[in-house]
Amino acid sequence: MWPRLEARPERSRVMVYLTPLVAAALTALAGLVMFGALGYDPVEALYVFFVAPLTTSFGLSELVVKATPLVLCALGLAVGFRGNVWNIGAEGQLILGAIFAGGLALWAGDANAPWLLPAMVVAGMIGGMAWAAIPAFLRTRFHANEILVSLMLTYVAGLLLGYLVHGPWRDPAGFNFPETALFGDSAMLPALIEGTRLHAGALFAIVAVGAVWVLLMHSFIGFQVKVIGLAPRAGGYAGFSQARVVWLGLLCGGGLSGLAGMVEVAGPIGQLHPQISPGYGFTAIIVAFLGRLHPLGILLAGLFMALTYLGGDTLQIEMGLPRAMTGVFQGMILFFLLASDVLIHHRVRFGPRRAPAPAPTSTPEPETGGTA
Amino acid sequence: MSPTPGTPRLDLRGLCKSFPGVLVNDRVDLSVMPGECHALLGENGAGKSTLMKIVNGVLSADAGEMWWEGQPVRVQTPSDARRLGIGMVYQHFALFESLTVAENVALGLDGAPGMEALSERIRAVSDGYGLAVSPTRHVHELSVGERQRVEIVRCLLGDPRLIILDEPTSVLTPREALALFEVLRRLQAEGRSILYISHKLDEIRALCDRASVLRGGRMIATVDPRAETARSLARMMIGAELPDLSERRTTTSEDHAPLLAVNALDMDRDDPHGTDLRDISLAVRPGEILGIAGVAGNGQNALMRALSGERLVARPEAILINGTPAGHLGPRARRDLGLAVVPEERLGQGAVPDLSLADNALLSAYRHGSLVRRGLVRRRHTHGFASRVIHAFNVIARGSESEARSLSGGNLQKFIIGREILQAPKVLVAAHPTWGVDAGSAAAIHQALVDLRDRGAAILVISQDLDELYTLSDRIAVIAAGRLSDSQPIHAVTAEDIGLLMGGLFTDHGPTGPTNDDTTMKGPGHVA
Repeated sequence: MWPRLEARPERSRVMVYLTPLVAAALTALAGLVMFGALGYDPVEALYVFFVAPLTTSFGLSELVVKATPLVLCALGLAVGFRGNVWNIGAEGQLILGAIFAGGLALWAGDANAPWLLPAMVVAGMIGGMAWAAIPAFLRTRFHANEILVSLMLTYVAGLLLGYLVHGPWRDPAGFNFPETALFGDSAMLPALIEGTRLHAGALFAIVAVGAVWVLLMHSFIGFQVKVIGLAPRAGGYAGFSQARVVWLGLLCGGGLSGLAGMVEVAGPIGQLHPQISPGYGFTAIIVAFLGRLHPLGILLAGLFMALTYLGGDTLQIEMGLPRAMTGVFQGMILFFLLASDVLIHHRVRFGPRRAPAPAPTSTPEPETGGTA
Repeated sequence: MSPTPGTPRLDLRGLCKSFPGVLVNDRVDLSVMPGECHALLGENGAGKSTLMKIVNGVLSADAGEMWWEGQPVRVQTPSDARRLGIGMVYQHFALFESLTVAENVALGLDGAPGMEALSERIRAVSDGYGLAVSPTRHVHELSVGERQRVEIVRCLLGDPRLIILDEPTSVLTPREALALFEVLRRLQAEGRSILYISHKLDEIRALCDRASVLRGGRMIATVDPRAETARSLARMMIGAELPDLSERRTTTSEDHAPLLAVNALDMDRDDPHGTDLRDISLAVRPGEILGIAGVAGNGQNALMRALSGERLVARPEAILINGTPAGHLGPRARRDLGLAVVPEERLGQGAVPDLSLADNALLSAYRHGSLVRRGLVRRRHTHGFASRVIHAFNVIARGSESEARSLSGGNLQKFIIGREILQAPKVLVAAHPTWGVDAGSAAAIHQALVDLRDRGAAILVISQDLDELYTLSDRIAVIAAGRLSDSQPIHAVTAEDIGLLMGGLFTDHGPTGPTNDDTTMKGPGHVA
C-alpha cells in the first residue's frame, strides 16, 4: 500500500501553479517540527516568523523595501534562465551597480543636482551590465561556463567594494569605519510614505515587472530566448543566435541587478559599506524559480522571500533565535519546491501495485545459451 | 513448443487501454500461432505501440485478457515478458555507444554471467543465425544495421518464443533488409512466432503469413497479406483511398538555371561521430525533385546543416540559392532568398515540443507576412497562420493552442511541412519527410511536395526510404561516406543499382566521378 509515482502523459498545468504553494506549506510544517525540536513553542515561533511582520504598517513597508531588490534581480535572472543562461552572479552585479551609482553620488557630493538620480540609475545599470558582460564574453568567445565565471566574479566584486570603502573612498570623517560618506540629498531616492523607509525604488521594480513581461511574453526576442532555452537545436534551425541570447540574458540580469544595487544604496542605505546586500542576488535565484520565471510570479515570490528576511529579524528580536533562521527557511523553500516539482510530471498513486508477476503456470525457466 | 497443437502462442482477448481522454486500444483481439510470422499494421496513433507495450509488460491493460500458450497470464513488467518467452526489438535502439557489444547485452540480462561466457554465447548465437556481430567491438563503431543485429542477438539470448520487431527495416539498406528476412525465416522455421510491425506493405506481403490491421484503436481485420494488394492493405489501414501519384510529370526544363546549386562543397565534421563532406555537387532546377538516397550516417546530417545554414560554409559560392552565393549566410538570410527547410528531427529541431502550434508556426515563419511587427509577436496572426496550416494540411490537433508534443508523429510532420510550404518557398530541402509517419499522412505529404514542385519550386528530398524516393523524385543521387554520386533520371536506375551504391559507393562500382567542372548533371546510364 505504498504511494507510488506514476508519470503523467502531459505536464500538469495546475501543478505548475500549485507546487509553490505546496512548497510553502511544507516549509511551514518543517518549521513547526524544527521549532518544536529546539524547545520553542512552534506555533508562536511560526507566527512571529511569518505573520507578525505583516501586522504593522512599518512591517509592510519594510516588506516592500526588501522585496524591491529581490524582484529586480530575479526579473533579470529569469530572462537568462529561460534561455538556459545560468547567471549565478547577480550578487556581484548588484555590488557593481552600487559601486557605480555610489561613486557618482560621492563625486557629486552635496551638490543640488536634479540630474543626479537619473544618472545614478544609468550608472548602476551600466555597472551591473559591465560585470555581467565578462561571463557573456567568455561564454560566447571561449565556451567558458557562465555559472562558474559569474559566481566567482561575485567574490571579486565583494573584494573590490571592500577595497574601495577601506581605501580610497573611505569617509575621512568616519572614525576609520569602513564606509563612505553619506550621500547628498539629491542622490537619495524620495520616500513614498513619510516616516517609513519605503522609497521610489519600489516603483522601478513595478516598471521592471511590466517591461520584462512584455519582453518575455510578447516580444520576438523573448520568443527566441524561450526557443533557445527549450530546444537549442530548434533555435539553430530557425536561425536564432545562441550567442545573442547569452548576451541578452546576462545583460538583462546584470542591468537589473545593477539597478537593484543602485536602489539599495540610494534608498535605505545612503552610503557604501561592505555589507550593502544580505545576499539578495543569491536569494533572487530562489525568487526566480519560486515565481516560475514569470514576471508576476516573481513579484509574489519576491514579497514572500522578503518576508523570510523580516521573519528572521523578528525571531531574533522577540525570541532570541539566531538570524540564520532566514537562510534555513530560504533553503527549505527551495528544497521543497524542487522536490514537489516532481508532481508536475508525475502523480502520486495509492493502492497496491499489484503483486509482481504471479508466475505464469506454463512458463519454463528460460534456457541458457542461444539455441544455435 | 506449445502444449497442444492448434493453441495460439499469444492470444489477446478484448484488450482495452485508455489514456486520459483517449481510448487507445478498444477491445483488441489478436492471436499469433506458433511458427507464424504475423504482421501488425496501422497508422501512427492507431494503437500499435500501446498494444505492444502491454504485451511486453511496459504498460498494463485496463481490461481484457492475455493468454499465453493456452494459459491466462498477467505480464506486469518487461522481465515477466522475458520470462514467458517474449522478446522485443525496438525501432529505436537502446544501446550505450561507449560500451562494447557484450557489455550492452549484459546490461539487459537479469542475471549477470561472466563477460567471457557471455561473449561466447553472443558468438554462438550470431554465428548460428548469420548475424555477424563481434562482442568486443564498441557500439559507436557499428553501423545502424550492425546495431540492429546486436539488438536481435540480445533478444535471442533469452530464447524467446515470440519475437516482436518494431519497424525493423526502416534503418536498413535493401541488401541488409534481405539478410534480415533470411534470419526471420530461420527463426520462424524453428517454431518461433514473429510479430512484425511495419508500414512497408510490400515487405509484409513477402514475409508474413497473416496481417492484422489496427485502426483508431480497433482491430479492423486479420487477413492473408498475400491475397491482398499493397493498395488494399493501405486502404484498410487508413480507411480511405490513397491519392495516386503515379502520373509523373517529366517535363523538367534543362534550360532553367538551378534554384539550388551546390558546387564542390567540402566540410569537415565538427563532432567525432560526424561525417566529412567531400566534393559535393548538385543542382536542382525549378519544377524538379532531386532525391538523395543513402543509409543514415553517411553525411546526410552534415549536408542538411550546410544547406539550411545551421553550419556556415567558408566559400559563399559553394551554395547558390536562386543564383545568389549563400554559403556564408545563416538560416534567416537564406530564408529571405526563398529557402525552406524540413529538418530531420521533428521534435526538438523542426518543432519545440513544449510550445503551442502557434509558437511553432512562428519558429520558421517569422519572416513571413505580418507575424512580427516592431519586435512584438502578433498573437492573432501567429494563431491565424497556424490554423491555416492545420486546415490546409488536415493536421489532427485540438487547435493552434495545442502543444507540439501532443501531436502524433505524422500530424506534427504534416504541420511542419505545411508551415514550410505555406511560406511559398522557391527551394525546399526536406530530410526524411515521412520517416515514422503513417501511410495516410505520408501520402498527403508526398502529394503536397509534388504540388509544390508543379508550382515551379525546386525540391531536394533526403531519404532512406527508396520507395519514397521512387515515388517522388525526378532525379536521384546517392550519398555514401560523405560523397555524392552523380544524379540520374529516376527511370534510368533500378533499386538494386542504388542499393549497391549505398553500400559501397565508388569502390565496387568504379568511380562515378564527382563532377568538378560545373553543376550540370551527367546523362543517365553509367551508374550500373
